[in-house]
Amino acid sequence: MKKIEAIIRPEKLECVKKALEESGYVAMTITEVKGRGEQKGIKLQFRGRIMDVDMLPKIKIEIVADDEDVEEIINTIIQNARTGKYGDGKIFVLPVERSIRIRTGEIKS
Amino acid sequence: MNPGDVAWLLTSTALVMLMTPGLGLFYGGMVGKKNVLSMISMSFITFAVVSIQWVLLGYTMAFGRDISGLLGGLEHIGLKDLKMIDYAFVAFQLVFAAITLAIITSAMAERVKFSAFILFAVLWTSIVYDPLAHWVWGNGWLAKLGALDFAGGTVVHISSGFSALALAFVVGKRRGFGEYSMEPHNIPMTLLGAALLWFGWFGFNAGSALAANDLAANAFIVTNTAASAGAISWLIVSWIKGKPGSLGIVSGAIAGLVAITPAAGFVDPLSAIIIGVVAGVICYYAMLFRISKGIDESLDAWAIHGVGGFWGAIATGIFASVGATGLLLGNVGQLVAQIIGAVSAALYAFVLTLIIAKFVDMTIGLRVSNEEEYVGLDVSQHGEVAYT
Repeated sequence: MKKIEAIIRPEKLECVKKALEESGYVAMTITEVKGRGEQKGIKLQFRGRIMDVDMLPKIKIEIVADDEDVEEIINTIIQNARTGKYGDGKIFVLPVERSIRIRTGEIKS
Repeated sequence: MNPGDVAWLLTSTALVMLMTPGLGLFYGGMVGKKNVLSMISMSFITFAVVSIQWVLLGYTMAFGRDISGLLGGLEHIGLKDLKMIDYAFVAFQLVFAAITLAIITSAMAERVKFSAFILFAVLWTSIVYDPLAHWVWGNGWLAKLGALDFAGGTVVHISSGFSALALAFVVGKRRGFGEYSMEPHNIPMTLLGAALLWFGWFGFNAGSALAANDLAANAFIVTNTAASAGAISWLIVSWIKGKPGSLGIVSGAIAGLVAITPAAGFVDPLSAIIIGVVAGVICYYAMLFRISKGIDESLDAWAIHGVGGFWGAIATGIFASVGATGLLLGNVGQLVAQIIGAVSAALYAFVLTLIIAKFVDMTIGLRVSNEEEYVGLDVSQHGEVAYT
């Protein structure tokens, strides 16, 4: 089991959500986050002064999936969240030890 | 004017003043959270800019001595040669000029430079609003024609609605419009704004009697009646297609308020129900039409104020029975005058706004850069953040 954490553009959430659902991955957790990548956000240029906007709003999607589904989920996210410009975000994959369903106590590991 | 009339006029002025920031909240809730301050700021700066312009130039252009039916003379520049009691009327008319311009910010949402908006504001209020106010209320050519506009259906709503449409064509769509969802970020804020608009509208319409009398009382009750009828009819037609949204209730109420505005001093409460019901339905379909055509007139000033105002002008010509007669009482001429007034105001506002917007675009540029639009106008235009 793996946990996929994807940081994406807020405006891309709807497409990503829809595409994942169509591929059969419905369960996910979504958080509004702020952050910056290697470009340190965006520099806005005004006449004679530069303004840094370094913490940009993003969306974090968290999905826990079986190992064999991970690649498909990653590809779906990439295809639907990419604009080709700086700030498209990142995807992280983490190992998961156990998942427990609270309602039934059912354990997956 | 007797003291009671003066008291009611000043009270109405204060009521209508609250509509402009109220409109800012109404619009502000409907945009993204990165643009809410920009939206509210546009309403506030509108009020400030128009207040100064009105004192210096606007009042005299609208209400000065008539020059061939088209414009007021300049004898009252800077409110020269007016008695202090006249100031009550000057102030009352000022708050109308302000809200009219603020309505147009619908088409500016989330993409227009603050500086460009201020330049546009000064030009628009001088070139479009002041002459129109003169035509209808300042003894200009539409007044001589006999076109009725009790409280500004034509001067305020048709003009702002059709100007917003023209502006939407010049400014263009928001980046990502139609591509990803642009949900309202704070519906309670929009509902609060709508409440302030409804509240202020009593001053708008009942104040337009310019007296504390039976006409004011009539305007007051028909205003509330049409607002309620519009709220219910928009709710019903939108409920058939989905859920009864709170935004539908207030949008319908405003459609009803817009439509009753020109008729408020001329129709009875039962006619007000019909006017409001029809307004809720046609403004709702105007909004669907606007969306189907992919026009980003973002917050529907055209669908609600433009179309609702147009219907109100025509409805005045149909239902007038108080102090005037309309089609139902056999007066075809009144309906003709109403149609001429509505069409000419819509055309004048639309064409002149196209020209003014093009001019602003070619001189200082209307739109913010792509990066500025992406991070939002609150940060890029004002250096502020609404929610931390």
